[in-house]
Amino acid sequence: MKRLSLTPYLIWMVLFTVVPMLLVLYYAFTVPTEGGVTWSLQNFARFFEPIYLRVFLRSLYLAVISTGICLLLGYPAAMVMAGNAFKRKHVVMLLFVVPMWMNFLLRTYAWLTILERNGFINALLGFFNLPRLNILYTNTAVVLGMVYNFLPFMVLPIYSVLSKIDKGVVEAAGDLGANPFQVFMKVILPLSMPGVVSGITMVFMPAMTTFVISRLLGGGQFTLIGNLIEQQFLVVGDWGFGSAISVVMIVVILLSMAVMSFFEGEEKDVALW
Amino acid sequence: MVSEIIVELKGVSKYYDETPALTDVDLYIRRNEFVTLLGPSGCGKTTMLRLIGGFEKPDSGTITFKGEDISNVPSHKRRVNTVFQRYALFSHLNVFENIAFGLRIKKMKESVIREKVSRMLQLVNLEGYEKRDVNSLSGGQQQRVAIARALVNEPEVLLLDEPLAALDLKLRKEMQHELKNMQRQLGITFLFVTHDQEEALSMSDTVVVMKDGEIQQIGTPEMIYNEPVNAFVADFIGESNIVDGIMREDYLVEFAGSLFECADAGFLPNELVDVVIRPEDLTLMPPEKAKIRGEVRSVNFLGVHWEMIVEGTDGTSWLVHSTLMEPVGTVVGLGLEPMDIHIMKKVRA
Repeated sequence: MKRLSLTPYLIWMVLFTVVPMLLVLYYAFTVPTEGGVTWSLQNFARFFEPIYLRVFLRSLYLAVISTGICLLLGYPAAMVMAGNAFKRKHVVMLLFVVPMWMNFLLRTYAWLTILERNGFINALLGFFNLPRLNILYTNTAVVLGMVYNFLPFMVLPIYSVLSKIDKGVVEAAGDLGANPFQVFMKVILPLSMPGVVSGITMVFMPAMTTFVISRLLGGGQFTLIGNLIEQQFLVVGDWGFGSAISVVMIVVILLSMAVMSFFEGEEKDVALW
Repeated sequence: MVSEIIVELKGVSKYYDETPALTDVDLYIRRNEFVTLLGPSGCGKTTMLRLIGGFEKPDSGTITFKGEDISNVPSHKRRVNTVFQRYALFSHLNVFENIAFGLRIKKMKESVIREKVSRMLQLVNLEGYEKRDVNSLSGGQQQRVAIARALVNEPEVLLLDEPLAALDLKLRKEMQHELKNMQRQLGITFLFVTHDQEEALSMSDTVVVMKDGEIQQIGTPEMIYNEPVNAFVADFIGESNIVDGIMREDYLVEFAGSLFECADAGFLPNELVDVVIRPEDLTLMPPEKAKIRGEVRSVNFLGVHWEMIVEGTDGTSWLVHSTLMEPVGTVVGLGLEPMDIHIMKKVRA
């Protein structure tokens, strides 16, 4: 009975996860030859050419920066929200969540109009006779877009872990002589690590693979690994190379998740929200 | 020998959003005393403990520690330690590191920490548990870790907030003995909060009975039990029959339709009073010899004694504890000695 009820999900997973994955693997490890295909690592070898490695490293760099900024902004925000003295936590929570109800593309387009040459920010700067900023189509714009889009994914898991920390534990640490800073370093921070780890995972993964943000806010000349994959499939038509990059990305993400779950330790029961 | 006063509360009040939790409380605690705050939930006993621990600040009044005003000193600067009700152990640290927490904050040498922690583990009977994850311990073991974690800092006063409430009866009895032994052995002042009157009576040197944010009575367990100051204390400490009476003159009280000699004096003539009689002080006797007569309505065997409810001819229900038993429906007499009649002023309700 139980197995029967699982069937629809199994079919779904096979059709939309397992089969596509197998196809990606198939394309990644083959090259077309006259009259058929042959097994080859040629696609992977291409990935390690300097031009593509540079794209990979740039993606990694921007994803790390964005994740770092999200953590620096998100942790204090989560702490304030989880704090007992804070009465309007639901309002703030709503402010974090409401933008997520809007379409991701629309949100990112909105930044385009804010940042562009004659956009909102420059109009404001011009009004005060300040020099214009050319943020659009730079690293800064891409990082800004990532932080803006992914910040809630950092705040919410950390908030959820912080708000579950027993107040008694914090009091106990103070009782044992720890000043507020020591209480934070020795008790609150270690206890909130599962939230931090899942926040980092939830921000890093989409930041590493995004192609929409970099396309819109980074302009045409700006290529991240996500754009590279998109190009190979939709523009160049080299499915083999596109699949190989995808496989590399899957490996990178699985590795980073493994590292993360190592830090997460035994707290396996921590839900995201 | 009377030892020095270590903690003193003077006129302390505490409000939570206008609701008084403590009103104008005075209390002092002597060195090496085992003091218990006893009362029903919401009586302010935990609030008092939290004020002494430094987790709350009084709205008025002062708290002194060895003569020094500590009312506004934060908890991490007070020389008291607390055992919390739900233990509040650090789940990211093992048993050893939990106990060592306070010592590490004080930046003690590693060798000193090892020695102190292992001595504590011995005291609470948890040798060999150093590396264990605190989440894998039973309730009783977690409790011991919590006690060790507080005691290792050698506090001058140990505050215990209903530390045994979550344990089962047998374990609770064991821990009561162990706590009492530790207190004697270490010579540390214990301030213990409980709502369990039996626990309070068996462990304490001094019991403080509280109700609605006010102290009702302070005294030794014997005093509290034998000479409760009002009907609330009498009722809360052990079981009692409380009936309305009229003080006809000194040493003579009327209740249940008869006049009784008693040991109390100093009331106005014909003052309305509460008469408190412990169920074990009522003895079964032939009805024709007794002033109180009634019919046995229920019988309950409780191991050491029988518990009977006798309905008197005037309608009063009497709770009787006796090693003898009369079956339901029997008409019996209830006898009592003048010393067993406790007269109390009516509490203005």
